[in-house]
Amino acid sequence: MVVAERVRPDQQILKWRERIVEVIRQREGLRALLLAGPGGLWLLLFFLLPIAIVFAYSFAHRGPYGTVAWAFTIENYTRFFDWLYIRVFLVSVWLALLSTIICLVIGYPFAYVIARAPRRWRNALLVLVLIPFWTNFLVRTYAIMLLLRADGLINNALLWLGVIERPLPMLFTPFAVVLGLVYGYLPFMILPIYASIEKFDFTLVEAAQDLGANTWHVFWRVLLPLTLPGVLAGSILVFIPSVGAFVTPDLLGGGKVVMIANLINQQFLTVRHWPFGSAVSFVLMAIVLAATMLYFRLGEGRRV
Amino acid sequence: MSTSGIELTVGLTRSATQGETGMGGMRPLERPIDVELVELTKVFDNGVVAVDRVSLQIHQGEFFSLLGPSGCGKTTTLRMIAGFEHPTSGEVLIEGRPMGNTPPFRRNVNTVFQNYALFPHMTVYDNVAFGLRMKRIPRDEIARRVREALQLVRLQGFEERYPRQLSGGQQQRVALARALVNRPRVLLLDEPLGALDLKLRKEMQLELKHLQMTVGITFIYVTHDQEEALTMSDRIAVMNAGRVLQVGTPVEIYERPSSRFVADFIGESNFLRGRVTEVGPGEVTVALDGGFPISVRCDQPPARGTEVTVAVRPEKIRIAPAEAPEANGLVRGRVEEVIYIGTDTFYVVRITDETVVRVRSQNDRNRLDGGQLLPVGTPVSLDWAPDAARVLTE
Repeated sequence: MVVAERVRPDQQILKWRERIVEVIRQREGLRALLLAGPGGLWLLLFFLLPIAIVFAYSFAHRGPYGTVAWAFTIENYTRFFDWLYIRVFLVSVWLALLSTIICLVIGYPFAYVIARAPRRWRNALLVLVLIPFWTNFLVRTYAIMLLLRADGLINNALLWLGVIERPLPMLFTPFAVVLGLVYGYLPFMILPIYASIEKFDFTLVEAAQDLGANTWHVFWRVLLPLTLPGVLAGSILVFIPSVGAFVTPDLLGGGKVVMIANLINQQFLTVRHWPFGSAVSFVLMAIVLAATMLYFRLGEGRRV
Repeated sequence: MSTSGIELTVGLTRSATQGETGMGGMRPLERPIDVELVELTKVFDNGVVAVDRVSLQIHQGEFFSLLGPSGCGKTTTLRMIAGFEHPTSGEVLIEGRPMGNTPPFRRNVNTVFQNYALFPHMTVYDNVAFGLRMKRIPRDEIARRVREALQLVRLQGFEERYPRQLSGGQQQRVALARALVNRPRVLLLDEPLGALDLKLRKEMQLELKHLQMTVGITFIYVTHDQEEALTMSDRIAVMNAGRVLQVGTPVEIYERPSSRFVADFIGESNFLRGRVTEVGPGEVTVALDGGFPISVRCDQPPARGTEVTVAVRPEKIRIAPAEAPEANGLVRGRVEEVIYIGTDTFYVVRITDETVVRVRSQNDRNRLDGGQLLPVGTPVSLDWAPDAARVLTE
């Protein structure tokens, strides 16, 4: 009597699994697809496809009652060159640029201090930089509003001290918007700069000093050029969200400071001119792309 | 070295730049003092005494080495001369002027760093020109001096390269050129050959020495490699645990070590323990543990009965079979190990139960044993010239 070798079910599963693993191991293409596939699919469905739709909208007409009428036009783009919208564009770029510069001026020395602190202090200091993220951004922005209001903490304090006679108008000004942007995005400047200073070889500072460089020269000719990658990364990380900021100018600008994202929001929700809103979205993307490329070009020019 | 040092000029020497001539005939120790350390002490924040009351006088044009094991304070001493560390007490004088808290960029010294510390974002040219630009020297003079400096280290044609495109030896030369182009009074070198492989190291040792003779600048050289220090230096200060143990020429340091540490650290030594039994003029008799009385020359003889160590270098010991007619040796023993290394043979000879003596015997026909290796177990007699041994009380 021949006893058929019975394969237990769990062994069968193990065998299949081995077989599958074998196939994946042998086929590089399949492996790459499996690894990148889910993420790729996600991006395709929820990023590329919507962008394509928005891109298509941007060449359409506004139909009656705010619908999208499918007839090709470039009017949405030409319309942007109205001074009204150019101004919004300039204000956005200017406020984002200003915020980036302020973040850089504050963030660089801050990152330097952390990077040069004794090792046991460093992590604690980095946590301090990140603590604001534990609170919702919206809540923090409302907190700034409370500080800046006419009867807010700052004005009351200044009045009490007798420094001013009537409350300073601070809320709903470009100042408030820049303050909010700097406050919100400063960590994004500090962290990459910290990383590059932390990697920096400080014997180079001694070498420069040895060759007659004073503190100023050491900074400009050795430290800054060699930490430029961190400065560039930080600047991009601050500039991009700043130029497209929506909540900050909305709450702290109070409708008096209109940035591009507010314009887009307005076109989609209030004016219901989706095609023009789409066109402005693409202009914003173009600005971001141009700024990023410019920054990277700048970095290459320094041959770092 | 002094004569060739001042006359072979490539525009970088002091005599050419500052018009100081007539120094050529002077021996190094007769020349003015460039760097003087007075009771220099450095105590770090954690209480570690890195440098302990170091006093040295380094003369113009000298190749002076600070030699010692890692952690002996040699690098800290160098960094205090450069101005990177401030002394806890004591004083650094450069050209007779107390440096106090003078920052590095106001001192007439330049440093060649252990890892070269070349600026990675600058070309070779910009690296070498850095110091001159800081001094706001006119552009065409910078170009001329950089060219000369690169010529001096044989790196013409590498101006546009970046440090990462150079080999270790080439980076080393750039570091030298970058320092020398400033025509410093003193060049400080912190283990500059430490990162190079052995062959390149040997080449660079000779090249450095040659370079130093060419430019005539005072070199203060930090190293833990005794052979390197012996090869290049005019004088050596041997350091240990923050203190200078002995200062002298390579010959003095090697032939007449003043302490057990120096005798052990520089080259190899046998240490034989014993007791002084007789004190004569410039000579003492020491009864070694195990019974052999030997007489050793000694400038400052210790008192009778003192426990001492007698140091003898392995290559100073003559070895012969005990029954040979010329075997009237100081010490008798038995061969325990024979190690043949081509040019020489090492013998390990047991003289008492506790003590073995290492002997290095050159393999030539003039050997007492007639060119035959002595087999293990051979009774031998050892002997050395009276001035080959040193009495050490420490």
